[in-house]
Amino acid sequence: MHYSRPNSVAEAVNLLGGNTGNAFILAGGSDLLVRMKGGFVEPSLIVDIKAIAELRQIRATDKGFWIGAAVTCAELGESEMLRAAWPGVVEAANLIGSKQVQGRCTIAGNLCNASPAADSVPALVAAGARVHIVGPNGSRVTAVEDVPLSPGKTSLAPGEMVAAIELDERPAHASDAYIRFIPRTEMDIAVASAGINLTLDADGTIKTARVALGAVAPTVLRVDEAAEALVGTKLETAALERLAETCSAAARPIDDKRGTIAYRKSVVGVLAKRTAELAYKRARANS
Amino acid sequence: MNGIAVSTAINGDDIEFLCRPEETLLTVLRDRLGLMGAKEGCGTGDCGACSVRVDGRLVCSCLVLGAEVQGQVVETIEGMASGDSLHPLQEKFLEHAALQCGICTPGFLMAAKDLLERNPDPSEEEIRFGLAGNLCRCTGYDKIVRAVQDAAQVMRGDAA
Repeated sequence: MHYSRPNSVAEAVNLLGGNTGNAFILAGGSDLLVRMKGGFVEPSLIVDIKAIAELRQIRATDKGFWIGAAVTCAELGESEMLRAAWPGVVEAANLIGSKQVQGRCTIAGNLCNASPAADSVPALVAAGARVHIVGPNGSRVTAVEDVPLSPGKTSLAPGEMVAAIELDERPAHASDAYIRFIPRTEMDIAVASAGINLTLDADGTIKTARVALGAVAPTVLRVDEAAEALVGTKLETAALERLAETCSAAARPIDDKRGTIAYRKSVVGVLAKRTAELAYKRARANS
Repeated sequence: MNGIAVSTAINGDDIEFLCRPEETLLTVLRDRLGLMGAKEGCGTGDCGACSVRVDGRLVCSCLVLGAEVQGQVVETIEGMASGDSLHPLQEKFLEHAALQCGICTPGFLMAAKDLLERNPDPSEEEIRFGLAGNLCRCTGYDKIVRAVQDAAQVMRGDAA
């Protein structure tokens, strides 16, 4: 195995392109090193992207925010700018692992690990986040939900890597939230989760909504029918019930040690309601 | 040895070592540098027994490659006491008997130090969440939490 630490994106792309074996990107390593130790992957090349300055940055752009692929979740939590604009994305990122893991893990890594239960991914999908991908044929931008294909598989082509995740700037009366269910209070993996992003009118009527669910399908689920149930309402009881029904109906989870199919379908509806209420309250406060 | 040459600073000393690309920082600390304070518990980042700080961030050294600390500042449990003077956290862990077998203790001390340096006056809940990445299988957590609360008071300079 070779370890390399390029100083530029171009150099990283060259390294990945020139590699004929099994190359892996190393950002936080909280998934990669565990998989290496378990013998699940045997990299021939590791490209550590933490010495690439632009991948370490959180910055405001003319469209919103750029979060470099090597920015740690702890750094996201320390960014006043992001916490104010996208509290749901930040709270989701900050639920991943312990303090020790927070100091290393990244949302780009969480996305590329392609776990159905990844915490930051439903929040990013709800946020309408875009993924900036670089590779041998230049760069492209895609929606977050287009990256995971199935558990452990992404749509990234050989030689491609995520350079950054981009979020829009925030208008007034808009906010987001993410809630997951775990049987304990910390250090666990979601049984089911919901990320919701809302934009309101000045009078509190929901103008736009995006709803995404985690851990209830092979990949994150964007539920447009649930979002439609919210638009035009002020989150009255009927709208919340319709939200829960559509989310439960859209969920197609598996039975495993974390929960049964029936339980997950039921609880994801409850989570969606709570998440919508939190996002709505935040959006009302964001004037 | 055919390895990667790494220059780093550990507990204030400039250190150079050679390591294999797949070798973790924990292995480097223990097997190459004789710093045996960080322990291997799970080896997968769940137990916190190998906690150290790299460039001011608390990390599990079992999930960091040795090669990654090139040019970085590493802090381990060996740097916690000043000569013969124990750190207030170490004093309070002893006073409160916040350890039995001691395997988890270096990791808890590093995590608690990181917590108190970021938040000098944490609530009990904040301490419990802050130390959730460290597992203890014998003492239980109450004595550890009380030792951290007590040390926090000393470190803030409040009477006690």
